[in-house]
Amino acid sequence: MGQVTLKVWRGNSESGQFQEYTAEAGEGMVVLDAVHQVQATQAPDLACRWNCKAGKCGSCSAEINGKPRLMCMTRLDDLPPGEVITVEPMRTFPLMKDLVTDVGWNYEVKKQIAPFAPRKADHRDGTWKMHQDDADRVQEFRKCIECYLCQDVCHVLRDHHKHDQFVGPRFLVHLAQVEMNPLDTGDRIADTKNKHGIGYCNITKCCTNVCPEGITITDNAIIPLKERVVDEHYDPVMMLLRLVLPKKKSGQRSAVSGQETHG
Amino acid sequence: MDFQVHEHDVIVIGAGGAGLRAAIEASAAGVSVGLVCKSLLGKAHTVMAEGGIAAALANVDNRDNWKVHFADTMRGGQYVNNWRMAQLHAMEAPDRVRELEAWGAVFDRTPDGKILQRNFGGHKYPRLAHVGDRTGLELIRTLQDHGIHKGIQVYMERTVVRLLLDAGRVSGALAYDRERGRFTVFKAKAVILACGGIGKAYKITSNSWECTGDGHTLAYDAGAEWIDMEFVQFHPTGMIWPPSVRGILVTEGVRGEGGVLRNKEGKRFMFGDIPDSYKPQTAKDEEEGFNYVLGDKNANRPPELLTRDHVARCIVREAREGRGSPHGGVFLELQTFAEWYGKKKPGFKAEEHWKKKLPSMYHQFKELGGLDITKEPMEVGPTTHYMMGGVRVDSDTQMSRVPGLFACGECAAGINGANRLGGNSLSDLLVLGKLAGEHAAKFVKAHPAVNTPNDQIEDAAKWALAPFDRPPAENPYQVMHDLQDMMQDLVGIVRKEDEMVRALDGLEKLKARAARCHVAGHREYNPGWHTAIDLHNLLAVSEGITRAAILRKESRGAQFRDDYPTKNTREFGRVNTIQWKAADGSMQIKLEPIAPMPQELKDAIAAEGGGKLPEELV
Repeated sequence: MGQVTLKVWRGNSESGQFQEYTAEAGEGMVVLDAVHQVQATQAPDLACRWNCKAGKCGSCSAEINGKPRLMCMTRLDDLPPGEVITVEPMRTFPLMKDLVTDVGWNYEVKKQIAPFAPRKADHRDGTWKMHQDDADRVQEFRKCIECYLCQDVCHVLRDHHKHDQFVGPRFLVHLAQVEMNPLDTGDRIADTKNKHGIGYCNITKCCTNVCPEGITITDNAIIPLKERVVDEHYDPVMMLLRLVLPKKKSGQRSAVSGQETHG
Repeated sequence: MDFQVHEHDVIVIGAGGAGLRAAIEASAAGVSVGLVCKSLLGKAHTVMAEGGIAAALANVDNRDNWKVHFADTMRGGQYVNNWRMAQLHAMEAPDRVRELEAWGAVFDRTPDGKILQRNFGGHKYPRLAHVGDRTGLELIRTLQDHGIHKGIQVYMERTVVRLLLDAGRVSGALAYDRERGRFTVFKAKAVILACGGIGKAYKITSNSWECTGDGHTLAYDAGAEWIDMEFVQFHPTGMIWPPSVRGILVTEGVRGEGGVLRNKEGKRFMFGDIPDSYKPQTAKDEEEGFNYVLGDKNANRPPELLTRDHVARCIVREAREGRGSPHGGVFLELQTFAEWYGKKKPGFKAEEHWKKKLPSMYHQFKELGGLDITKEPMEVGPTTHYMMGGVRVDSDTQMSRVPGLFACGECAAGINGANRLGGNSLSDLLVLGKLAGEHAAKFVKAHPAVNTPNDQIEDAAKWALAPFDRPPAENPYQVMHDLQDMMQDLVGIVRKEDEMVRALDGLEKLKARAARCHVAGHREYNPGWHTAIDLHNLLAVSEGITRAAILRKESRGAQFRDDYPTKNTREFGRVNTIQWKAADGSMQIKLEPIAPMPQELKDAIAAEGGGKLPEELV
């Protein structure tokens, strides 16, 4: 393949600029390989996060040619040949150094979400009965590798900086995952609306488009959560029913409200 | 110098499965816990585990129980395992898996709604609870999401450079943070090491940059012993093409689901090399092997599911004798099984089936290798995967010989003997991680406070900063590459005395070069500096591996000696290698007899061996 030219952002929270490097491109090489080559031969103090180099840990998130991607899963031969490749840090989070951003906010957000709370075990050995069909829905969300590329691309966070009012797509997926777990007894719907700011999402699907795990974030996680919020807070029939029916967790509700969900 | 100071009852170093499980347990016992990790929380190497967690739940085959799991683990480890650890592990693994479900893990299910279990190498029955082929991610995320609500203080992106001692008892640790390069003193009454493996000592590895033998070396420098350091597991199937992905793991689950190994002549070579001790449990032909994959209780497992050490050596032999694939490995393919199954079950959709069973393998090969595994064979070869050897700890408490210093997970040793079975590491993390947390908390409650001596702190910080002050001489990246090349060539899968003696000489030279490493730039997030510090650990474990491998003059499990190609049970079948650091800083080594096994456990092994005990236990 010959040589590739990389324009890599170098700098810290105060200042920075692009710097050009060249790397020898071999067959099958990914952007992370090229960055490592630059580190080993030209810029030993170039900062970048990485761990598994196989798309499983979600550490090496960056913006490659302006698009949020994992550096370890972006092959050089998939990028336009002969053109300079730009590699920048994620813009939604404060820059620490070079390609490394401070993603600590995400960890704080997760702590604010009520944890999984299972019903009493079905069997005496402490286990539950769950069918694969029910597991499937939750397992899609649990594929998330917490790369935060969906947070990076979300305009509510990226352009409008609503970090204190909106948890972002990653944590809507997390909420969906606990809410839709058939064993869970918690109710996070009021929080989803009031505390976690689901109303800010106007379903532009940018998050779904950048997810390296292919999670259908908008359609499978966010929209059903929005429907639950609507059911619980704005549906007049439900409001009346709630007064007379015993309190139930959303998602395990009666057949009546189940029909309402898609109404 | 300026130091941040944090004080906890227990400090856990490492936040993979073992560290998280230990932290949760210690915290539940009511002591204050600090969890220090080299990366961001949830990114540790545990996420790479694919196949599953071994536990005798007996959900798929009701003949399974802890005794069979124990016997399988001991046979896999060629009977030099710590039998007590193997016993505790087999007995408690089912509870640890059920507990994960209570904490939010969502495992794949059986048709009647229980946790599904799959076949894996060396396990007699389908035993691995799993989530497709991303079980490690499920495990770490479950522990993480549970742990963040349990009052554990997490310190991310901090690397520990030295343990602190007060009159021989551990009293804390000195770490630097990646962001600013500032030093932190962690004061603690007990320290739990859960730092993972040593894969970065080798050129071809499935391990990430973090796996540099930190826990091994911190313990060794603090006065703990090592055990079984000669046993390094080379996983038989890593990716080998293209070059940039060489070493990345291809889960054993591929073979567990019916994957077949072939050489370039198309021959299924594993049928031609089945060790005597495994003959009664191995399929006699293709039909029987595939029936086993489908869950036929009367069928035996296909030879691809023999233990990892054996399969890795067979692959090396095929390649060395000219029957390998174009890039020096062999082929692993799913098409034979799919064709066979398609004939039995009309309407079987191969592509859909494999995408469901092996989603991340499909993705990994598609994205990185440009190959569709549902249609084409994969090229695979051995990759450095797991360290059986490590910190010697008490089997019932996980404490090392340094009071207050505990270890669990991959950096601790004993349970796996000469070879670890797939699936046993995730269960080991949970069972022994819990044990370490529990006993560290007990230790804290029973012992008075300790001091962190200033001279040790100053000395460690000065040592860590030294590379900045040296004149430009050696590049730490280059020294690390040269070490990896040398270990790969001279102390790899096939070992010889003269090559390993050369490696010892090479290690002395590399140590001298490491002491001349210079680092440019500042302390802020400087990977060159981090590499210079990691080198100390990699060199120590490399020397440990080499010396232990020289002393064990036989082939057993993961250790294969070309000059001693068979087992020598009389001399080496009932002993472990033990290593420690002498007062003058030199590495000492001895052989130590293994404690006699209780009759109950011998009976469990005999029951699985047709009433006969292996030579090692007679």
